Amino acid sequence: MAKLQGLLFGLATLVLVVVATFLFTKEWLPPLKSDRIAIDHALAITLVVTGLVFIVTNLLLAWFGYAYQDAPGAKAAYWHDSPRLEMTWTLVTAGILAIFLFNALNLWAKVNSRPPADAVLIEVTGQQFAWNVRYPGKDGVLGKTDHLQASQDNPIGLVKDDPAAKDDLLLLNQLYLPKDRPVRVQVRSMDVIHSFFLPNFRVKQDAMPGMTIEIWFTPKETGDFEIACAEHCGLGHYRMRGQVHVVPAADLDKAVAEAAQ
Amino acid sequence: MAHTEAHAAEAHAHDHAPQAFIWKYVFSKDHKVIGIQYYVTAMMMALIAGLLAMLIRIQLAWPEVNWGLLGKLMPMGFQGGGGQPYVMNPEFYAMLFTMHGTIMVFFVLSTAPVSGFGNLLIPLQVGARDMAFPFLNGLSFWTFLCGCVTILTSFFVGAGAAAGGWTSYPPLSALRGAVPGSQIGQTFWIIAMVFFIASFTMGGLNFVTTIINLRTKGLSLLRMPLTMWSMFLVAILGLLAFPALTGASLMLLLDRHFGTSFFLPTGLVLNGTPMVGANGQFVHQGGSPLLWQHLFWFLGHPEVYILMLPALGFTSDILTTFCRKALFGYKAMVGAMVAIAGLSFIVWGHHMFVSGMSPYLAMAFAVGTILIAVPSAVKVFNWLATLWRSRIQYKTPMLWAMGVVSLFISGGLSGVWLGQSAPDIQLHDTFFVVAHFHLIMAGAALFGVFGATAMWFPKMFGRMMNDTLGKWHFWFTFVTYYGTFFPMHYIGLAGHMRRIYDPYQYEFLKSMQPLNHFITISALILGASQILFFVNFFWSAFKGAKAPENPWNANGLEWTTSSPPPHGNWPGAIPEVHRWPYEYSNPSAPKDFVMQHEPPLAVESGH
Amino acid sequence: MATEILDARAPHPVPVVERPGGPTGHDPIGRGDDGGGPGAAFDPAQFGLWAFLGTVSMLFIGFTSAYIVRRTGIDWRPLPLPRLLWWNTAALLLSSAALEVARRRRTALDLRGLRLWLGATALLAGLFVAGQFQAWRLLRALGFFLSSNPHSSFFYMLSGVHLLHLGGGLVWFALVLYRLRGARYAPAAGGRTLSLFATYWHFLGLLWAYVLFLIFVF
Repeated sequence: MAKLQGLLFGLATLVLVVVATFLFTKEWLPPLKSDRIAIDHALAITLVVTGLVFIVTNLLLAWFGYAYQDAPGAKAAYWHDSPRLEMTWTLVTAGILAIFLFNALNLWAKVNSRPPADAVLIEVTGQQFAWNVRYPGKDGVLGKTDHLQASQDNPIGLVKDDPAAKDDLLLLNQLYLPKDRPVRVQVRSMDVIHSFFLPNFRVKQDAMPGMTIEIWFTPKETGDFEIACAEHCGLGHYRMRGQVHVVPAADLDKAVAEAAQ
Repeated sequence: MAHTEAHAAEAHAHDHAPQAFIWKYVFSKDHKVIGIQYYVTAMMMALIAGLLAMLIRIQLAWPEVNWGLLGKLMPMGFQGGGGQPYVMNPEFYAMLFTMHGTIMVFFVLSTAPVSGFGNLLIPLQVGARDMAFPFLNGLSFWTFLCGCVTILTSFFVGAGAAAGGWTSYPPLSALRGAVPGSQIGQTFWIIAMVFFIASFTMGGLNFVTTIINLRTKGLSLLRMPLTMWSMFLVAILGLLAFPALTGASLMLLLDRHFGTSFFLPTGLVLNGTPMVGANGQFVHQGGSPLLWQHLFWFLGHPEVYILMLPALGFTSDILTTFCRKALFGYKAMVGAMVAIAGLSFIVWGHHMFVSGMSPYLAMAFAVGTILIAVPSAVKVFNWLATLWRSRIQYKTPMLWAMGVVSLFISGGLSGVWLGQSAPDIQLHDTFFVVAHFHLIMAGAALFGVFGATAMWFPKMFGRMMNDTLGKWHFWFTFVTYYGTFFPMHYIGLAGHMRRIYDPYQYEFLKSMQPLNHFITISALILGASQILFFVNFFWSAFKGAKAPENPWNANGLEWTTSSPPPHGNWPGAIPEVHRWPYEYSNPSAPKDFVMQHEPPLAVESGH
Repeated sequence: MATEILDARAPHPVPVVERPGGPTGHDPIGRGDDGGGPGAAFDPAQFGLWAFLGTVSMLFIGFTSAYIVRRTGIDWRPLPLPRLLWWNTAALLLSSAALEVARRRRTALDLRGLRLWLGATALLAGLFVAGQFQAWRLLRALGFFLSSNPHSSFFYMLSGVHLLHLGGGLVWFALVLYRLRGARYAPAAGGRTLSLFATYWHFLGLLWAYVLFLIFVF
């Protein structure tokens, strides 16, 4: 019975790895449609390294659990310190983690860099429970908003007599993006915290009431995808769903204008 | 122990323990009774919060299903989405995950290991008659109980319990119209938190004072069992971190009921209606929702180590006892715990990578987060080195301790994924995070508590727990725990968001349903397996085999007195300490263990 | 009671250190120690009190960080400083001073002086509390309410939380005075309780000075 316990420990981990491998082949990150491939690479590297550590440590655990069991005549070693060994694994771990950290910070700096000058400007404003998407129109300037003027018909409080607001185009839950052109998205919220999540684009940004937060990325493939809300924002959080349509850059204005009709 | 018997008669004459039932067992000032009171209350809360989790899982696997019987039992929660009877409604779902998190984090996993085993073990392991402030200790428990009653009552007041998530981010938690739970339920949540923090503060003061001041002769800090180190650090973390939540809760209360604007910005528009006052201006002006997140996580991150550190302490003590081998790298283990506790104060921002705080600040928090992985890894390596060439006796506590090591590895590694700020963009607020913290924080803490229960049961009730039943309980729990939380990594990577009432509204989540079925079935078995524990616990408490003084041949001071220890803990003088508690299999000793109070040997480890 | 067991076994039937309730009174602060341990050099109650002051300080550090963040908001309108607050501050600090004098009278075995100066402490504390309520009334009359703007919110909140802690101190003070009622000679008048209470009371004075500095000077 005792032997079995040790084996079971090994088995549990082994089964886990097998099940994991099986599941792996079925589900992974959603297909990437933006330029943020570096995030996928970082995740893949992390998977390989942590996966290796996982397997090695679990095998050790299973091996020790199996091999060093109490039996008549068995003796435990009297061994409790080894400064050199401890220093080694501390430094090696720190070294590996330092590489991860360096990579992550580098990537973070890139993701948070200044958007290119030719980026398309779009504003996305979350409200319970929808995404208001606004394009600046021909003048390239978003009109002023005043939340005091917000109402059911004017959800983001657009100031109608502002000249810059005249040609603004408003869409509800529909986001049109140009292929291969960088887009700057200004994320805002009218009420509570939402999170603007584009699973296929490796984009997630909380929409903080009282703040306008700008992010940028470049869509790489045409097609229809989903916008999700990733931050619990109330009862309708689960259906705060929108659609992303990536179209050829040249067709963007037309597509937006048609959708805004 | 010879001296124990010799002094027993003499001691009896002096024993002025209260005799009336109410003072002995109800309003007790004895640390052991208070510890058991805390423990049993926390386990009852765990039962409730666990049932909430089962309901969450049922909904995630089979939304829009008519749960006839459940619906009849809880008509409030099953008023139906889409006009169907007995289908769970979103309000109820939001309350479920909010209350599951709140109760589990504060009222179960901060309580059972810390207040439960801390109170039981601190005086026994440091060699004291009781905690430093017994009255404060009793008061602390009753304050805690008020918190429990408040949080449970909140289900039945007004529009129901708080529903803004256990993190209660404003404005959702501050605006009464934002979600039904933000009506009176959220106020109850705040009051319950204040009760809890007050009780934890009283406990924490007792912990640090007892450990610093009341150690017995010879027990220097670097001879303390790691359980004591963990309790000491946890108390310090609690004393320094919880005030941030006290302050934040008070500010939230003022925002909610008195029109202040600490967390509420200008320009809130709810349901298409600007929130303006009589003067036509916005009621709330210029507050910062991010401020709440900073204050909350300044507590929240040390808090997860409050849950985990005791489990790490128990694990070290249990592992050494059942592998009959000295703890490898004791000083490094202490150092790692101190480092984890210290670093836990500078990593809170990793919960906020996508919140819109300054990207530079996020970088600093990423550095701290990766840094904290180093001492965590050191702990794992030292445990493995302890197991190497040992002589393992598979008793129930040992299984749980190995379970903690396993979970700590799995959960720690997924932490490396999340700690890197850029990849976290994809993983933030998905089930990957849920998987991570259930493995490392909830799982390690829970397994630690189960291990400690089996280990120190003799000191609680003077009886042994049933080993066979304990092992069945472990294996069912271990396998289904992984079965429940490991697959969550996959659905998280695939983008499955947290706190979603009906994931299948999204096209890209439709394919997750089979995996969600698997997780839910696993979770239901996990939940049902806990019946084994409760049966074992109550049966053994009354009918279990009588426990000897030192049933595991362990070294700590708690094993030098009877099971359960008498009032005042040692009938005679408190034993003096001559070494650390990990002197196992010393070749120059006659037995394979040398207890802390035994006279010095010819050759020793030097600890 | 745990402490009674060890009292019975301790080398001295009367504890060396004075404890609340005097040598024979019942002891809410049991020591739980047979003495001689590595930590025995500290007085547990004093240590526990300092730990408590640490946690209260953290609360105000939390408020301070919130204050610093919130101050940058555009809606920040400074609150006028009522002159009364200076008088209140003086009253509270003087009550601390009076408490110190009282403690010296006790050491000098002057029971009458002790009672007199404790009375002065209580009177000044009462003045402070009344003054704080009056200051709130003054500000309300000027149109500054809790919700008027962040500066006034912080003032009301911080002075309120401080007053709450002071209220706790007053309950403790009442307990000290209650214990004193039948004392026939000064040493029995709870020197240790008095010194513990004094630590807390001085802390409250400093804390108030800090709150005032943070809100009106900083």
